[in-house]
Amino acid sequence: MKTRIEQRFQELARRRQKGFIAYITAGDPSLEATEDFVMRLAEAGVDIVELGIPFSDPLADGRVNQESAARALEAGATPARVLETVARIRSRCEIPMMGYTYMNPVHARGAGRFMKEASAAGLDGLLLLDLPVEEADPYRVLLRKHHLDHIALVTPTTPDARIAKIVKSATGFVYCVSREGVTGTQNQLSPAAIDLVRRTKSMTALPVALGFGIGTPDHARTAAAAADAVVVGSAIVNRLHEAPDTAAGRQAAADWVRTLIDAVKGVS
Amino acid sequence: MPRGITEPDSLGHFGPYGGMYVPETLMSPLQDLIAEYARVRRDPAFKRELNAYLRDFVGRPTPLYHAQRLSAEVGAKVYLKREDLCHTGAHKINNSLGQVLLARRMGKKRIIAETGAGQHGVATATVSAMFGMSCVIYMGAVDMERQALNVSRMRRLGATVVPVTAGQKTLKEAISEAMRDWVTNVRTTHYILGSALGAHPYPMMVRDFQSVIGREARRQILAKEGRLPTHVVACVGGGSNAIGIFYPFIRDTRVRLIGVEAGGEVIRPGRHAARFAGGRVGILQGTRTYVLQDADGQIQLTHSVSAGLDYAAIGPEHALLRELKRAEYHHASDAEAMKGVNALCRLEGILPALETAHAVAYVLKTRKQFKPRDLVVINISGRGDKDVQQMEAWDAAQAAQGSGG
Repeated sequence: MKTRIEQRFQELARRRQKGFIAYITAGDPSLEATEDFVMRLAEAGVDIVELGIPFSDPLADGRVNQESAARALEAGATPARVLETVARIRSRCEIPMMGYTYMNPVHARGAGRFMKEASAAGLDGLLLLDLPVEEADPYRVLLRKHHLDHIALVTPTTPDARIAKIVKSATGFVYCVSREGVTGTQNQLSPAAIDLVRRTKSMTALPVALGFGIGTPDHARTAAAAADAVVVGSAIVNRLHEAPDTAAGRQAAADWVRTLIDAVKGVS
Repeated sequence: MPRGITEPDSLGHFGPYGGMYVPETLMSPLQDLIAEYARVRRDPAFKRELNAYLRDFVGRPTPLYHAQRLSAEVGAKVYLKREDLCHTGAHKINNSLGQVLLARRMGKKRIIAETGAGQHGVATATVSAMFGMSCVIYMGAVDMERQALNVSRMRRLGATVVPVTAGQKTLKEAISEAMRDWVTNVRTTHYILGSALGAHPYPMMVRDFQSVIGREARRQILAKEGRLPTHVVACVGGGSNAIGIFYPFIRDTRVRLIGVEAGGEVIRPGRHAARFAGGRVGILQGTRTYVLQDADGQIQLTHSVSAGLDYAAIGPEHALLRELKRAEYHHASDAEAMKGVNALCRLEGILPALETAHAVAYVLKTRKQFKPRDLVVINISGRGDKDVQQMEAWDAAQAAQGSGG
């Protein structure tokens, strides 16, 4: 059986459309707000929601996502409560959702238990930021067992031989990181990022998404021209943080996300 | 040199501990570092160059000093391995020097490092100045305040000291920030991690560069006493001075290896930094080891009077040594460490760093276990000039408590 992520990419391919993946931190500013915002993102046309399960020491994240995770933890977003929110969203809609987190919260709960619960709540895949392919085997087995896609990163510093190894290990899609650095917006999308997408696509039949640092319709268009999907994270987190913590504030943020989605969907 | 029972595999696993749990962007630079380090390990020219600098620049070998009045107090023969006499005032420079030579071979022009107590920052700023490299040191804002002298030294040496204001603003956050810088500038930059922590190859490489401490101490005690010590004692934050002095004794199974963690105020969450007393196995900053964390795997706050021991995880090789029962780990509290400072000052005329004082404190507080024929070596990992203001503040607080009831 295919995961919702795989099904969505198949649909996109059939419609000859590029995908849009939106990252937000679960629980910032509250889990209730997260639930409401995900529904609005789905309504706006987001293809996959990437939900950050906050960790106290997020090594791969820039300032915007670090502060967002700190706010979420402060507001009580434990892994268990995040999964409860996932389950509530899942009872209301079928949007593909993947978790984004670090190894220690998974390890603390017991990896098998964590993945079983994640799957039961309605997550479709998991990205573990500090799990390189060399250490991934035992976790990949668990992900498969619990019907979760193993989303893996390739970066501009990843040599081709490693890319080959990573795409063999990944399922769902391959996530290309647009630059050397942590999450956060940047002023331009480098030619190296586009080249990385090309190299990756030449090595796998899996869909390839491009993310990290994409925050304007222009970037999104450029990224979508090369990749099968575009991931926008910090820019949305920032937009949501600056909006009032009300239904109207979240709708305004979702409307802004729609301008990015339109840019991506305009590319064929 | 013969390899110990704790030699890691090719991915840096020390038994179930260690490994490489880092974001993908760091895998390629770490693999380059592994490859280059494997080359220099076999290269006699590198060893010659490093040894020449250790001798002429750092001032090695450091003495192994018979502390006569401390011995009388403890009731055993106590020797002090005088790493406090290294240039810059602590053992940290043994590692900074090794790594800067490695960075130069790899064509890196920019050096970054984290620092807690500031000794690693000073050592790294020093070797960067020496080789004309630009240097950025990340330091928690709380630590910058409590180790102001070292901040001033680093800046004088030409380093940029960047305050880190995330989280609890101490060593852990400084490491995360240094890693983020490295992810962003991997092609030009080498990250000189200062403790036996983080992803492979750091725990192994830092240990190797620090093992000079134990090799010298072993040779020196044999020359002076004609036998091995019965006890080797060192403080453990990340654990670089401890693994440096332990490692050459690992095969000498009758030598008791004792690490002393920071007991802080009391062994309760948020009030200490004794990972083996309050921690569980987890994954932090690249390595699998004992970590102070809550039930959800969020890293707990730590506390120690010494910035250098104030960290939530312990080097993975220590976790394995403990599991194999080849080393044992205890803790000393803030108050005991302060007593250790005063004892070493007044008995021996040596002002130790607050970190080091935990090792001294352990020997003093457990003096009943020692027999007159015991030979105890304490690693005096650093000197305490940097801590005099902290010590004054401690005394003032005690006095206020005493008079205020």
